[in-house]
Amino acid sequence: MGNKNKTAMPKKKISATGFLLIITIALFVVMYAAGMVVFSDKGFAKPQMFFNLFVSNAGLLVIALGQTIVMITGGIDISVGSVTALVCMVSAFEMENMGMSAYVAVASALAIGLAYGVIQGFLVSYLEIQPFIVTLAGMFFGRGMTAVISTEMISIKNELFLAWANFKINLPIGSYSKRGKFIPAYIYPTVVIAILILIIIILVMKYSKFGRSVYAIGGNSQSALMMGLNVKKTKFKAYILDGFLAGLGGFLFCLNSCAGFVEQAKGLEMDAISSAVIGGTLLSGGVGVPFGTLFGVLIKGTIQSLITTQGTLSSWWVRIVLSALLCFFIILQAILGNIKKKK
Amino acid sequence: MKKRVVSMLLCVAMTAAMVAGCGSSSGDSSSDSGEDSGSSDVITVGFSQVGAESDWRTANTESMQETFTEENGYELIFDDAQQKQENQITAIRNFIQQEVDYILLAPVTESGWDTVLQEAYDADIPVIIVDRMVDVSNDDLYTTWIGTDSLLEGRKAAEWLNAYATAKGWDASELNIAHIQGTMGSTAQIGRTQGLEEGVEKYGWNLVAQQCGEFTQAKGQEVMESMLKQYDNINVVYCENDNEAFGAIDAIEAAGKTVGTDIANGEILVISFDTTNAGLTDTLAGKIVCDVECNPLHGPRAEELIKALEAGEEVEKLNYVDEEIFAYDDTVASVTATNSLEEEGDYAVTVITQEIIDGRAY
Repeated sequence: MGNKNKTAMPKKKISATGFLLIITIALFVVMYAAGMVVFSDKGFAKPQMFFNLFVSNAGLLVIALGQTIVMITGGIDISVGSVTALVCMVSAFEMENMGMSAYVAVASALAIGLAYGVIQGFLVSYLEIQPFIVTLAGMFFGRGMTAVISTEMISIKNELFLAWANFKINLPIGSYSKRGKFIPAYIYPTVVIAILILIIIILVMKYSKFGRSVYAIGGNSQSALMMGLNVKKTKFKAYILDGFLAGLGGFLFCLNSCAGFVEQAKGLEMDAISSAVIGGTLLSGGVGVPFGTLFGVLIKGTIQSLITTQGTLSSWWVRIVLSALLCFFIILQAILGNIKKKK
Repeated sequence: MKKRVVSMLLCVAMTAAMVAGCGSSSGDSSSDSGEDSGSSDVITVGFSQVGAESDWRTANTESMQETFTEENGYELIFDDAQQKQENQITAIRNFIQQEVDYILLAPVTESGWDTVLQEAYDADIPVIIVDRMVDVSNDDLYTTWIGTDSLLEGRKAAEWLNAYATAKGWDASELNIAHIQGTMGSTAQIGRTQGLEEGVEKYGWNLVAQQCGEFTQAKGQEVMESMLKQYDNINVVYCENDNEAFGAIDAIEAAGKTVGTDIANGEILVISFDTTNAGLTDTLAGKIVCDVECNPLHGPRAEELIKALEAGEEVEKLNYVDEEIFAYDDTVASVTATNSLEEEGDYAVTVITQEIIDGRAY
């Protein structure tokens, strides 16, 4: 009996992941459907309302995907919010105060993200310092540097940049306004990029050697080591990928906000972590799917939209509902974890 | 296996409970909105506010909430952005989908509004900017702006000082002014500084020191301390907000000097802005001699504009709210000053009383 269960272990883990994912998706569908019914007269049923979830959260999605990968290794990255602020500020400063092209801004955004990934990844994987402390330092550094560059907000007026930011992609579906005018639903290029990244990350995590190594070291780094996996190198790569995604996500965030400002994206790291957890990623590592993180982000967006649409509730309820959901998912994970251990 | 089934059931029950919870709470609100949409002449206003970081801001929010009530024929959809621009962008997108009739936006930052205001513009929803200005590439993206006139506030204070000095018989060259500025680059700092500097030029006062106090009490105190050490002839302090004034007063008193109106006998006269409750309490005590209002009550003015827009009238692009001047004594009855639109006006100076303080909303 015991023997049989041992061999069935990996399968159990997958089913736990699947179970968490199903709950997350179901929760999203139920919440959104409830919103569509209750607030149908307030435009909640319009397709654009759904696409706005992506439009407003494209940057967060990309950042949360990086966070998911790091969390699967058993780590965490709380620097991503500061990286976003730094990326926005550097981009704004380069384009507005130094007259550089928007392409330079993109390159430097990605370079900042990569630099963060390499340094933090090295400290975490090769020097074996707690990821929380390493990325805490990264968080302070990023926010500090942002303020050093400029304490004043910089409005981005670069033509090419604004052309990217305002490039509406109209979709074949839409809705009729009160005056009977047909308004097509639209998305921005940021959404397309975020979805592409999502697909790539899903494929990488599922089919590449790197992806499977990440799951293996997160599940049990000792046995992964014995299996002959290079734990340090895999962790290092995971942080580099996470840093790169933070840089890219930061730039997408910037395309949405069109400004550089010290206070920007404060607490974004927590949104990214909570999205990953709600999407079924275990804080202890080894379990989680990028596809779930998408729903974590969508759930956060839906709560926000439900509360704004309602119109009288304090917007702090977004946090309260999110905390309730987090609690729910953590308890669920703990229960599933216990079942696994007992078997 | 048994345990697993039990825990599965538990999870399902929890999910169900949560869904039911969400459902019932939103169900209540739907009955509210059902009533609203019953009458077709209700004007829906979406208001995205910066947050609740100061008394001024809270008073600003309450003013809007008291103006746009159901009794007055409005439905106000209020969103507190918690100091985050990204939340405001999301909220505005939400307002657009709800097809509100008007959007009120009190922006966190001046920049970064091009994209989302373009979306509102495309959806034919008029946007009224409140308090801070927005910096957009095309001014057509917003309909109008309501806010305070910092330049006029500064000019009022300068004119008051001139009138007060004349009434007391002080020679302009006797006035040695220490100027504690607000956060550099902020609208309030720029206007209030310009107001004083114009006065200095016009009347020939001595501006002995000028330094930034960042609108905070701590920094105001620090700056005042260093100014007092450097110059022993300071007899007027011009602070750009009440918090700086509190700090300056503490520093003056710590240096063994007194604040008041009797500058001939070494007292230092303090002028301040914002008229917060604590600021006016100090005005009543004579610590601040003149406090110029920065009015947060934008609701009534916003309603006027919306009514004008509803009637199809053209509205001004810039709209300033009325602001008062409060003083410790009745030496000066009124001042004449020019606002940002270059319109000259007479502004009464109100002598502060406890009743006035108690009767104010903030």
